[in-house]
Amino acid sequence: MQNRKAAAMANLTGSKNIKGWLLVSPLMAVLTAFLILPIIMIVTVSFWGATEFSIYPAFQFDNYEFLFGSPVTYSVFIKTLMFASITWIITLLIGFTVAYFLAFHVHTLTWQIALFLLCTIPFWTSNIIRMISWIPFLGRNGIANTTLINMGVIDTPLEWLLFSDFAVILAFVHLYTLFMVVPIFNTMMRIDHSLIEAARDGGANGLQILTNVIIPLTKPGIMIGSIFVVTLVMGDFITVRFMSGSQSANVGRLISNDIALLQYPSAAATAVVLLATVMIMIAIMLRFVDIRKEL
Amino acid sequence: MSENRPRSFYFLAAFFAVFILFLYGPTITIAILSFQGPQGGLTFPMNGVSMHWYFDLFEQQAVGDIWGSFRRSLVLGLMVMVTTVIVSVMGGLAFRQRFRGATPLFYLIITSLTIPSILVSLGVGLIFGQTNMDVHWSTSGFGSQLTWTLPFGLLIMFAVFNRFDPSYEEAARDQGATGWQTFRHVVLPIIAPSLIGVALFGFTLSYDEFARTLMTAGSYNTLPLEIFGMTTNVTSPVLYALGTLTTIFSLVIIGIFLVIALWSQRKQSRQGSDAGKGLV
Repeated sequence: MQNRKAAAMANLTGSKNIKGWLLVSPLMAVLTAFLILPIIMIVTVSFWGATEFSIYPAFQFDNYEFLFGSPVTYSVFIKTLMFASITWIITLLIGFTVAYFLAFHVHTLTWQIALFLLCTIPFWTSNIIRMISWIPFLGRNGIANTTLINMGVIDTPLEWLLFSDFAVILAFVHLYTLFMVVPIFNTMMRIDHSLIEAARDGGANGLQILTNVIIPLTKPGIMIGSIFVVTLVMGDFITVRFMSGSQSANVGRLISNDIALLQYPSAAATAVVLLATVMIMIAIMLRFVDIRKEL
Repeated sequence: MSENRPRSFYFLAAFFAVFILFLYGPTITIAILSFQGPQGGLTFPMNGVSMHWYFDLFEQQAVGDIWGSFRRSLVLGLMVMVTTVIVSVMGGLAFRQRFRGATPLFYLIITSLTIPSILVSLGVGLIFGQTNMDVHWSTSGFGSQLTWTLPFGLLIMFAVFNRFDPSYEEAARDQGATGWQTFRHVVLPIIAPSLIGVALFGFTLSYDEFARTLMTAGSYNTLPLEIFGMTTNVTSPVLYALGTLTTIFSLVIIGIFLVIALWSQRKQSRQGSDAGKGLV
């Protein structure tokens, strides 16, 4: 009896497994061909050698030796981490404030949805065009400089507005604050309002409610947003290239420069180190949040 | 609704307004500047008002293969959209029951979402290069973009199925519906509005994707690649005209999807679920 029951259970989970696997087979096919195999390929090629025109299979550590032996690597990695941390702080502050306004100060659901959509629409438009659109603002004769000169704040146009680290971070904030707003707003909307009333009845003031009730309960959303922003900035190469006018470098640009020179093994070695860095950062952040519970 | 708003409300509302201005200001600015006169430059002042730069877009010499790349991006976007919807729904259904390997697969999906895009580009490019296959937007480009759109589609489906009441399906099964009938006439109508969201993500993320297509599109550019190429050698407002046109195109697409989503949701709440109506 016991045995038959166990067999039936095993049968059931077995058919569950098969059904599950069948359903995810297209997904697995895509991820295998375009994610797993490419990562394996990159790791493999990072041990290969390169001539000026071609690459050849080998098992040597030259690429890594060169990478870790060059002072450029360290300064570029530090620069990348700097971009990531500054962007993270700014997007978090702006994203939290915007989400807080939408979730707690806008009272009707219709308005909440409408204003939320207003925040998310730019996400579905082209990043490159949104970068280009900063030219008339930040250029030498752009709106920012003209306004500042007319106001008498400065005499000569500021040269560091466009094509600088400032422009890079501005563009990052412009492009990625959305990734903070959405998950934070999502968690805030699920906060039980009676908790806030209870805190108020207990004599907490607005600031205390914010720091002792809302922020702790919003942590999962903050973490998910942070994962998005940090990984997008760490892996970026195009924003840095365009907004710095090729004057600034991050790890992504290091890789894309090597690619342009057909130095694939060197690019692959840098890519492996970048991937390891990003994965470690995500692993740390995932310790603070169970994503599957938050969906 | 006319209770006294706290002072913080006005401060936060102003902050929000500035944020929206920050989001949309630059795009609106280039839209205005795209109507520069023929002598106008990339910044203000406006040197007359004209459609000059829009006409330029239709001349082959002034710009590259804009219309070809637009066509490719459109077809690719539709391919990615359909694939994303189908694969995400199947994945979402699979994850409702625990199957062996579900957790590693979930982390693989998160990896796909968070891996630096240039790695996908590099890896796929290397594989195609080493196996002497030609990279092409419809093969290697298509697959690379899916690694970006599928995680979004799947996360939406996970969220949808987390809130899905299984008693609807039980009721259908009790009535003798087969697995497929239950899905087709009960599950699908209920999740339909969310699928429109998945489709919107699939299409727009593909249409705007740059980094993952960079090394995988081959000799025929998609529109974002073409536009990026233009930024290095075109220094006239024709860039703004193109940017404005494709932004308008994106907005129209978003608008269409939103209207369909609203319409299907309204229909659902008016008629209740139309489950069963299709059955004889």
